[in-house]
Amino acid sequence: MAGLMSRAATVIKAKFSKLLDRAEDPGETLDYSYERQLQLLQNVKRGVADVVTAKKRLQLQADKLEQSLVKLDTQARQALAAGREDLARAALEKKSAAQAQLQDLDQQLQALEQQQQKLVASERQLSAKVEAFRTQKETIKAQYSAAEAQVRIGEAATGIGEQMADTGLAIQRAKDKTEAMTARAGAIDELVESGALEDFTSDQTQLDRELAQIASQSQVDSELEKMKAELGSGQKKELES
Amino acid sequence: MIVRLMGGGGQFRVDDGLMPQLNELDEAAVAAAERGDEAELDAKLDEMAELVRSQGEELPEDDISSSDVVIPPSDLTLEETRRFLTDDGFVPDLPAS
Repeated sequence: MAGLMSRAATVIKAKFSKLLDRAEDPGETLDYSYERQLQLLQNVKRGVADVVTAKKRLQLQADKLEQSLVKLDTQARQALAAGREDLARAALEKKSAAQAQLQDLDQQLQALEQQQQKLVASERQLSAKVEAFRTQKETIKAQYSAAEAQVRIGEAATGIGEQMADTGLAIQRAKDKTEAMTARAGAIDELVESGALEDFTSDQTQLDRELAQIASQSQVDSELEKMKAELGSGQKKELES
Repeated sequence: MIVRLMGGGGQFRVDDGLMPQLNELDEAAVAAAERGDEAELDAKLDEMAELVRSQGEELPEDDISSSDVVIPPSDLTLEETRRFLTDDGFVPDLPAS
């Protein structure tokens, strides 16, 4: 195998030489290539929007998990205060599972962020080059004879073809990542809905119910104590008077 | 000569004197790819890119010169890099007209 560097350059040039073969007339070739560039710019903008949407979705899931961490921690403390170490342990186990998921989500978010940055850089580069190409194509059309134009078109189209390849690759990679993550987020939602994976943020879990029971029990106890105390002091007062 | 760093890295003009060093890294990258050592391949590609970035002069974004050589990005998997370098290429098709 030849070196990676020269091989990569050859592959890209071969792919985009097709662009040049499309039309007989140099002017037409230029317009055709320019049209493709504009389409690609649209695609890269859409790609960025898709990544942003996927990131928002993951962020929402991460926010939910963050909330559940706080809640599970509070629940563990409540359970422990009530002398229910078994419940506290259950809450902490869930907390640890939620933490692991959150870490995973954070990593995915970072990966998406990187894809977004690459796409944005690629969009900026392509946009600048498309504009340069547009100016150049008008100059070529206006000033050069057909033979000369052919040579200059070849140069310009190859240069921009490379950028198109790079941008195309960035779009493809962002798309793959976004699709994989959307599928995964969807799978988590589905598991939650089917009950296979308990939704950490659902209002009433078994833990909630038991804790509520403990809370209401201790409230009853404390009210009873309070009443007893009041009654006691009342009786005392009656005796004293 | 002009080198493109694939993966949004832009283009750089480098002195021809840098080529022996780049070629050496390139050979090591090919060897790593052939024995399926992805970590080593990524490391060599990163080293090549870093060498170009540090020694080269970046071309303006509105420059549409074509590059003499292209350095593939290191975040491709081994399989993707192989596909990238086959005749069909990993270069995606342009949007349908």
